[in-house]
Amino acid sequence: MGKQLKFGVGIGVILVSLGWLAWLGARESKTYYHTIAELGTLHGPDLRQRMRIGGTVRAGSIQKVAGRVDFVLGGEGKWLAVSYVGTDPLPDTFVDNSQALVEGRLAPDGRFVAEKVQAKCASKYEAAPSGPGRPVAPARADSST
Amino acid sequence: MDLFGSFALLLAFVCALYAVAGGIAAILTRKALLIKSARHAGMAVCVLIFVAVGSLVYEFFTDNFSVAYVVAHSNRDLPAFYKISALWAGQEGSLLFWSTLLSVYVFSVLLTYRGKHPELMPYVGVILAGVQLFFLTLNNFVANPFRVLGTAGPGGILQVFTRADGNGLTPLLQYPEMVIHPPNLYAGYTGFTIPFAFALGALLARYPGEKWIHLTRKWTMVAWCFQTLGILMGAHWAYAVLGWGGYWSWDPVENASLMPWLTGTAFLHSVMMQEKRGMMKVWNVWLVFCTFLLCILGTLLTRSGLVSSVHAFAQSSIGSWFVGFLALVVVVCLAAFLKNHDYLRSENRLDSMISRESSFLFNNLILLVACIAVLSGTLFPVLSEWVEGSKISVGPPFFNKVNVPVGLLLLFLTGVGPLLAWRRTSLDSLKRNFAWPALAGLAAGALGYGLGFRDFFSLVCLMLSVFVTLTIAEEFYRGARVMRARTNSNWPSAMIQLSLRNTRRYGGYVVHLGIVMVFIGLAGAAFNQDKQAEMSIGSTMDIGRYHLVLQTMDSQPERNYTSERMMFEVMRGGRPLLMLYPERRFFPSNEQSGTMVAIYSTLREDLYVVYAGRSPETNLPVVHVFLNPLVKWIWLGGLVVVLGTFLALTPSRQPALVLQPATQSAATKGAAQTVPAAVSTYERES
Repeated sequence: MGKQLKFGVGIGVILVSLGWLAWLGARESKTYYHTIAELGTLHGPDLRQRMRIGGTVRAGSIQKVAGRVDFVLGGEGKWLAVSYVGTDPLPDTFVDNSQALVEGRLAPDGRFVAEKVQAKCASKYEAAPSGPGRPVAPARADSST
Repeated sequence: MDLFGSFALLLAFVCALYAVAGGIAAILTRKALLIKSARHAGMAVCVLIFVAVGSLVYEFFTDNFSVAYVVAHSNRDLPAFYKISALWAGQEGSLLFWSTLLSVYVFSVLLTYRGKHPELMPYVGVILAGVQLFFLTLNNFVANPFRVLGTAGPGGILQVFTRADGNGLTPLLQYPEMVIHPPNLYAGYTGFTIPFAFALGALLARYPGEKWIHLTRKWTMVAWCFQTLGILMGAHWAYAVLGWGGYWSWDPVENASLMPWLTGTAFLHSVMMQEKRGMMKVWNVWLVFCTFLLCILGTLLTRSGLVSSVHAFAQSSIGSWFVGFLALVVVVCLAAFLKNHDYLRSENRLDSMISRESSFLFNNLILLVACIAVLSGTLFPVLSEWVEGSKISVGPPFFNKVNVPVGLLLLFLTGVGPLLAWRRTSLDSLKRNFAWPALAGLAAGALGYGLGFRDFFSLVCLMLSVFVTLTIAEEFYRGARVMRARTNSNWPSAMIQLSLRNTRRYGGYVVHLGIVMVFIGLAGAAFNQDKQAEMSIGSTMDIGRYHLVLQTMDSQPERNYTSERMMFEVMRGGRPLLMLYPERRFFPSNEQSGTMVAIYSTLREDLYVVYAGRSPETNLPVVHVFLNPLVKWIWLGGLVVVLGTFLALTPSRQPALVLQPATQSAATKGAAQTVPAAVSTYERES
């Protein structure tokens, strides 16, 4: 076997196996971004995807129920009922009219079951890309970590 | 002062513009005076930017709340320490800070090489000034930190008004590490501009030989060292402040800093192929171009809101400027390459699979694959929107699946590469160099398995760490043995002398050792545990060897915030060990809270206690406790990497002698036989 060919095969094996791993990882963790309005247009398997949805928390909608927190998220004139079932306390920035990003899946009854909630107070300060390579992360409530 | 600073900034822009235009004219006309004036303009930029930064700092310290940037990021009660870090807390200031660090590099380069390399330096000067010009354009016309608050008064005349107090600095930045982490990372990002400018300049000028590589080696290492430190400090900040128990979450902003580090590391290795064997010229040039482009892309990602993430809310219009600049750089690089690519013809071909060259080749390939994986994962939402029409993001499993094996392959090459000979390595020398380390590695693996380690990747990491450490130790031992025989000194002094005589080689080994330590720390993550519970006073929690008792809680107002503190007594083996005080701080100026994690850190494990907030149902405090094995090794490894880089940056003493003991090892035996002249010349130069 020629030397160049040997190198080619070696490189090929590495690339193919890493590519395969990447595909596995992507399949396992991919999350779809949707707006609340888009949810109504989803069908079939699309409804079972893992999703991330952003919106504004409707004033007065936050209710603490045993084992979960319910609230309503709004955007583009539509509303979505959300149940947060994660174990971490909700971030302090999660209040009425704050912007929130929820991650989870749609339950068959149309309610969104969120495992993660990120929130940012809408009014108070500019979305500080604070600095240096590392903008400030809004406090996270993240049940998976 | 705001007017003063604003004018200094404008003048810096004018000087940079002159350095570009005058520099191009100088290249075309070859007039010595013009070359000199363009260089002086380039150096003046640095002075002027410092004047501007000085006046912005002055605004912060004098609480001038008519300047919008000061209002947004400071308040009267902010400690002086953080008034300095407020300088880079927001878009405008951090861009100015970027320009500042870049100008320091540019100034040092122009000063160091004044009057030297007359065919190359004018090109380098123009490229550097061009990059500065871009950032100064942003500083002056897009994100000016000296904007004042004002309204149009009668007759349309501007009336400045001053606020009574500022909004304050976001709590996440009110942490000592945030004062040193950004400058480090920025010094890394901006530092890669220097090798970029030299590579592009050499290509444009068709500058003969590999001289530009010798010239930029130290600059690249400085940038690389800062980038490494910046990344690790960022990870440490995330670990100690964000309170989620981890240090790396594959967030786009973290990825942005990792990508140029990966290509920069590849570049530091592959330039050796060009220095010694005249190979990989095209590859090296593109590697350094890509590193620079990734630095700019990184800034784009962190500022534009292009990729939604935890930072989904940071939106800004500045992105299009960066996209334009990226496109311009790509066009210039491509044009220079197409025009002069014959200048980059390789002088040698690969001879054997088992050689130093091939280990560099695989090292580069793997680093590049890692970079592509990180890049595609980061841009997945953007790419998927183009391809499929729906925004899809990928999470940590994607990054880990690819990068864990990649990391282990790299660790393997770290041990193998430096001991392989150039061109080809004989079976005999393979046995001599690797037999013991490999056996010891396998034995460590068997021992680990016997002790109950079942995580595959951690076990592999353990074996490789032992293997690599021993190959490095073997190299030090062999060299020191020869040195001892010659100088009659004891072991430690023989090792020190050895290291000082070939700092580049032994510094490299020390860096590799630091990387092994970082890997040991990363492997510990497979054994992390955590527990969360609502606790009241007197209640207890057990995790690993530790027993925690909540003794009491208190609340006290501080100058800038109110703190709520839990006091835990930590017991181990039935004996009291220490007290831990996890804390939450409430900052009234911007109505935000911050977490202060309490960490008890040992080489074996970190006990990490977070006061996570109050339960919505019972209003009891919620405590999240993590037990993270080996984390400290990551930070210590980082320190060792820095020490190794310092060693590699020091000039070697009596370099000619070093070739002698090295003939003992197979690695340099081959090198000494095949290319002795090249090795000795470069040792003297470096």
